[in-house]
Amino acid sequence: MTVTPGWYMALAALLFVIGMSGILLRRNALVMFMSVELMLNAVNLSFVAAGRELNVIDGQVSVFFVMVVAAAEVVVGLAIIVAVFRTRRTASVDELSEMRG
Amino acid sequence: MVELVLFVIFGLAAVFGGVTMVWARNPVYGAMGLMLTMFSIAVFYVSNSAHFVAAVQVIIYAGAVMTLFLFVIMLVGVDKAEDRTENLPVQRELALGLLVLFGAGVLLAGRAAWTTGVGIAGNPVNGTVEAIGDELFHKWLLPFEVTALLLIVAAAGAIALAFFGSGEDPEEVEA
Amino acid sequence: MDLLVSLTILLPLGGAVLLLFGGKRIGEPGAGWLGTLTVAGAFGAAVLPALDFFTGEGHAANIRWFEWIPGLGVDASLLWDPLSAVMALIVTGVGTLIHLYSIGYMAGDERLGRFFAYLNLFVASMMILVLADNFAMLFVGWELVGLSSYLLISFWFERDTAAAAGKKAFIVNRVGDVGFIVALMLVFATFGSLEFGTVFEAVPAELATGTATAIGLLLLIGAAGKSAQLPLYVWLPDAMEGPTPVSALIHAATMVTAGVYMVARTSVIFEASPTAGAAVAIVGAATALFAATVAMAQNDIKRVLAYSTISQLGYMFMGVGAAAYVAGVFHLMTHAFFKALLFLGAGSVIHGMSDEQDMRRMGGLARVMPVTFATMAIAWLAISGMPPFAGFWSKDEILAVLFERGGAWQLLWGVGILTALLTAFYMTRMMWLTFFGERRWAEGLHPHESPAVMTLPLIALAGLSVVGGLVNTPFRLGLEHFLEPAFEAVTLAHAPHGTTALALAAVSVGFGLAGIALAAMLYRGRVPSEGAGLWRVVGRGYYVDDVYAQVFARTGKLGAAWLAFRFDTRVVDGAVEGVGGLTRRIGGWLRPLQTGFVRSYGVIMLTGIVALLAWFLSRGAL
Repeated sequence: MTVTPGWYMALAALLFVIGMSGILLRRNALVMFMSVELMLNAVNLSFVAAGRELNVIDGQVSVFFVMVVAAAEVVVGLAIIVAVFRTRRTASVDELSEMRG
Repeated sequence: MVELVLFVIFGLAAVFGGVTMVWARNPVYGAMGLMLTMFSIAVFYVSNSAHFVAAVQVIIYAGAVMTLFLFVIMLVGVDKAEDRTENLPVQRELALGLLVLFGAGVLLAGRAAWTTGVGIAGNPVNGTVEAIGDELFHKWLLPFEVTALLLIVAAAGAIALAFFGSGEDPEEVEA
Repeated sequence: MDLLVSLTILLPLGGAVLLLFGGKRIGEPGAGWLGTLTVAGAFGAAVLPALDFFTGEGHAANIRWFEWIPGLGVDASLLWDPLSAVMALIVTGVGTLIHLYSIGYMAGDERLGRFFAYLNLFVASMMILVLADNFAMLFVGWELVGLSSYLLISFWFERDTAAAAGKKAFIVNRVGDVGFIVALMLVFATFGSLEFGTVFEAVPAELATGTATAIGLLLLIGAAGKSAQLPLYVWLPDAMEGPTPVSALIHAATMVTAGVYMVARTSVIFEASPTAGAAVAIVGAATALFAATVAMAQNDIKRVLAYSTISQLGYMFMGVGAAAYVAGVFHLMTHAFFKALLFLGAGSVIHGMSDEQDMRRMGGLARVMPVTFATMAIAWLAISGMPPFAGFWSKDEILAVLFERGGAWQLLWGVGILTALLTAFYMTRMMWLTFFGERRWAEGLHPHESPAVMTLPLIALAGLSVVGGLVNTPFRLGLEHFLEPAFEAVTLAHAPHGTTALALAAVSVGFGLAGIALAAMLYRGRVPSEGAGLWRVVGRGYYVDDVYAQVFARTGKLGAAWLAFRFDTRVVDGAVEGVGGLTRRIGGWLRPLQTGFVRSYGVIMLTGIVALLAWFLSRGAL
């Protein structure tokens, strides 16, 4: 059997779910951020597979843009985590809640 | 045939990397797992004739982004053993349940067709630099420029946060 | 001619508007004269077109003002025929005299302008009522006179009793109006029109007896309210709280006669239903007798006259109920003369006695107030049915017709005769206590005769009470001929002629004299006390008012209190506050969602995504 683009998309879905579980179940801010990256990668994969299925190059162009934005996002996000860590001395997102009731 | 083999091997690798990243107690192990996943995905890109993107993936994602991650992990503290107990009520059950549902939903959605577009028949994609560049500078020029602007803003923001964040006086910070 | 007829309404109406807005500026006594002149002008405007009817040359005319309710086919238009001419002359004529009188009576009152404005408004409203060409306009006039009555009864509204009396009058009238409105609905449903001409012409062909009876009875309810018949009479004695000219004009001469006029106008319908006619007559008879008994035990001079009015209205109802429409209208006319005179005279007495109204503190006023005494004496004789004064002719004609109709009607004749005796009795009692005997008034009181502006109308009305009856004697049925065109479509009941007539007349005069004699004997040198037992019950009006207060007023108040304090505070306020409370509670349930934990938010987001996905899948869109 040949590997159709559909397979890649299914795999992408699986990776996406794994990434999401990382966000919901881990408290460490960095691990959560990495899970976001995983999700983005999964989506990129599905873009490429879709582009291949439809025979257009737009899928890959989209991946290009997603990567750029993800990079920028990582930069800023990590800067924030560092800044937070400087004051709070913790990397746990649960501790970052100031709501009372 | 080749593709199938590649798919199976690197598919497993990607999943393994992802699971490692979520499960590992030590964030460094997690970062390693994520890098494995990214490499696997780069291989997939090559299988799908997205050569340029594959290169970019390795260079930028695995090379720059993950390195950055590792730096920060080291900075924030590697030795902290994270407590595995869950203090939010029903978080675990809810999350797992919902995720299963979501995954099932997606797979169910794709059983008929994974894409809904029309596509161009008989025009296999070739993801070379020229092809992408051609597309980028003609059809997607404006988004390209805007994204460049975005990168500048992000860099400036990061510097601002790093130097001037958390109420420190800008003049007192050593360059 | 159309203009003249319209002027009868427009002149007083204009006067009312002028006086309402500029009354204070015009001041005394200019406001009073202005008000009097407009009504006098209306009278003049009514005389000329009426003359045509006298010579037999006139014919009924419709004067269309404007289109009013196209949906009901109703225009604002006037009907000028002999019946409306008679009513117009009575209203404006007696009205002018009363306006003149009021200039003197209300002198010094700080709201004089407004008083005359209301009086003018009343005259205009009554004119709308009697000149209306269709039921809708009649109803407009009906309601407007009710409004004017309310305004005038509670004119001295600083007095709680006056304010309460005004409300009572309006509310009791309203009860009657329900019957009236339902009657109008029935008329429209049956005939498809509210115009008199259309409806009355269609009656012989289209009106079933049952429907006619229904309409007639409902109209009777309305008339009973406005004309103070049983059981809706309770407002009239209390209406004496108003200034005496008001009592004279509205509650003796004109407004209360609206019910009689209405029955006369709709005579065709009552012709089609003997049951309804009989009901009218029976109500009238019962009321006449009832009110006469109560009048015997009253000590306030005005209340005697109030109950007397109710009783005399009962006579009119007996007349029109027995299809003696001319007789009924005739008595309406003579009653307007002598009852207005009686009220104005009573007002003169009250004015001269510095607002004393209790007859037990009067006495011997004949020498002090000669003009008042003389004129009131004439009215007394008229109402007691003494020939040749006006009251004899009209009352006698009604009684004669009743006797002539035979059978059960003669029972009503008997009631009428008995009432005549009682009428003579209480009127003599009143005259005796007020004008004869020893002086019983308080020390320091200086009773005096009233000024000319008040005594002149008295004299005029006295003259009318003397000769007014002569318009329709058995020897010369002037009024009947005059009104003939208006009652073409009905068969008028006739009074007997010859010996029967003489015999009946002798009987009624005899009963009247008996009443006078009885009273003279009883009250020579004796002052009535509060009375015990039966006399007290009668004096209190058989406690009917109290029963109404307990049954209706108290339940109404309880209901209102329940609504205000239970329903409103608990249910309505509760609902409003409940909404607020509910919002707060829902907010309380939703607040725990804002945990501040990013991961909780993530779960919520995922829930949303899964829900959306499920929805799309279920729709087959994927």
